[in-house]
Amino acid sequence: MTKTTNQKAWYFVVPVVGLVAFNALIPLMTVVNYSVQETFGDNVFFWEGVKWFEEVLKSERFHASFLRQLAFTGMILAIEVPLGIGVALSMPRKGPWVSVCLVLMALPLLIPWNVVGAMWNIFALPDIGLLGRGINALGIDYNFTQQPVAAWMTTVLMDVWHWTSLVVLLAYAGLCSIPDAYYQAAKIDGASAWSVFRRIQLPKLKRVLTIAILLRFMDSFMIYTEPFVLTGGGPGNTTTFLSIDLVKIALGQFDLGPAAAMSLIYFLAVLLVCWIFYTLMMRNEEQ
Amino acid sequence: MRIHKWLVPTLYIVFLMLPIYWLLNMSFKNTNEILGTFSLWPLDFTLANYRKIFTDPTWYNGYLNSITYVVMNTVISVSVALPAAYAFSRYRFLGDKHLFFWLLTNRMAPPAVFALPFFQLYSAIGLFDTHVAVALAHCLFNIPLAVWILEGFMSGVPKELDETAYLDGYSFWRFFVKIFIPTIAAGIGVAAFFCFMYSWVELLLAKTLTSVAAKPIAATMTRTASTAGYELGLLAAAGTLTIVPGAFVIYFVRNYIAKGFALGRV
Repeated sequence: MTKTTNQKAWYFVVPVVGLVAFNALIPLMTVVNYSVQETFGDNVFFWEGVKWFEEVLKSERFHASFLRQLAFTGMILAIEVPLGIGVALSMPRKGPWVSVCLVLMALPLLIPWNVVGAMWNIFALPDIGLLGRGINALGIDYNFTQQPVAAWMTTVLMDVWHWTSLVVLLAYAGLCSIPDAYYQAAKIDGASAWSVFRRIQLPKLKRVLTIAILLRFMDSFMIYTEPFVLTGGGPGNTTTFLSIDLVKIALGQFDLGPAAAMSLIYFLAVLLVCWIFYTLMMRNEEQ
Repeated sequence: MRIHKWLVPTLYIVFLMLPIYWLLNMSFKNTNEILGTFSLWPLDFTLANYRKIFTDPTWYNGYLNSITYVVMNTVISVSVALPAAYAFSRYRFLGDKHLFFWLLTNRMAPPAVFALPFFQLYSAIGLFDTHVAVALAHCLFNIPLAVWILEGFMSGVPKELDETAYLDGYSFWRFFVKIFIPTIAAGIGVAAFFCFMYSWVELLLAKTLTSVAAKPIAATMTRTASTAGYELGLLAAAGTLTIVPGAFVIYFVRNYIAKGFALGRV
């Protein structure tokens, strides 16, 4: 759509900018403030410069949780995106089952995150949980509260359970927008199912999949509540992702300086990736 | 081939329903049965857990608190996002693209980063432990999302609609309220759904900004879990009840949900 230039449009945006700025800029400035100062309590602060940033960037603890976070995000994207596309492709396009499928699939998305964690906790516990009992009954020794690998797998499985539906719904919306004529043409040409997917469906899905990957990247990078309730970051530190580590430092140890510096580095990392995505997305849109 | 096609969604839905079923199953058992025996369905069926939640004010007030701030947040987010989304979809103005991206960046801010400063900010302005505090705090990520969704839907409405209305002598606000808003009603529904969803599921900020008077149900659950030992049955019942409002809302928007998840611009 061609847009007309009109500076008065700013009046429409002012309430949004005001509300969001109030919530974003003041807390952000507080964080920036802490990140360059040292305090011994009683509201006495000393200027420290970039000391905390250097400390965080050099600390092995930060490296470890950052790597864990990257591994987790990479893993869930690698599972959720193909799985979501697969489920969306095999869903019915018409008929009464469509609503049933959509409602049931969207259900996990609307469960409060701590309930998701608690639910998976009692589902996977080896003594009282269906999953835990089931796996042990197969002869595999499984206890996610003690085995690092099991804890990691359970957390990934929980996230797949929780969020794959988002990819399904997005991909399904994309598929529904493909006109029937495309499929008929492909049929006349005798195209195989694979080439229909490769040449017709996948290009049409590009846009919605970008949104899906972007949303999943942002949300999984910020994940806190679900693994915290499920495993508490353990056993040891195996499932201590960035947010969990941050809250431990900020509210557990009350090390405001390092926590603030870590917050900013963390925020900038998310921002950078999203900016690259957003720029690519906008470039595609203009073409 | 046809059977094969049914198989994938069915298996997927079964996978989704299993943990929910297990939660439901637990909620009808008493603690002794949960810890003592393993059974696929409740052997000693009891409604005691639900009775406790509906009669104990600390429990049911949690639900009321959550719903209060979620509804407040949805109303605030959608009503301020409407004019802004209109501006983004119709006009070019100084800094529009940067502003749009800046709004989206707030959707990317990890709540863990903001928890402590939020607590200090809302304490300083005297709103700590009120519903308004949580409703305003959730605006941080819900307003950008609402603007994004509504902008998508509005861009789908041809500009000729606006121009025809002005030719017919409508003033801007009369056009906006009488013609434009009904035209994008589906988009408003979807935006409201998303705001409801993200405000309902968020816990970290809601917990940080409240202590007693506006304590959300999710926080009631975590505190009970840590203080009163391990009352699993009660916890399961409370968890099951948190699914109900979500299920209710999904049912209403089921026809728009697919389009809404694509943010209106497939």
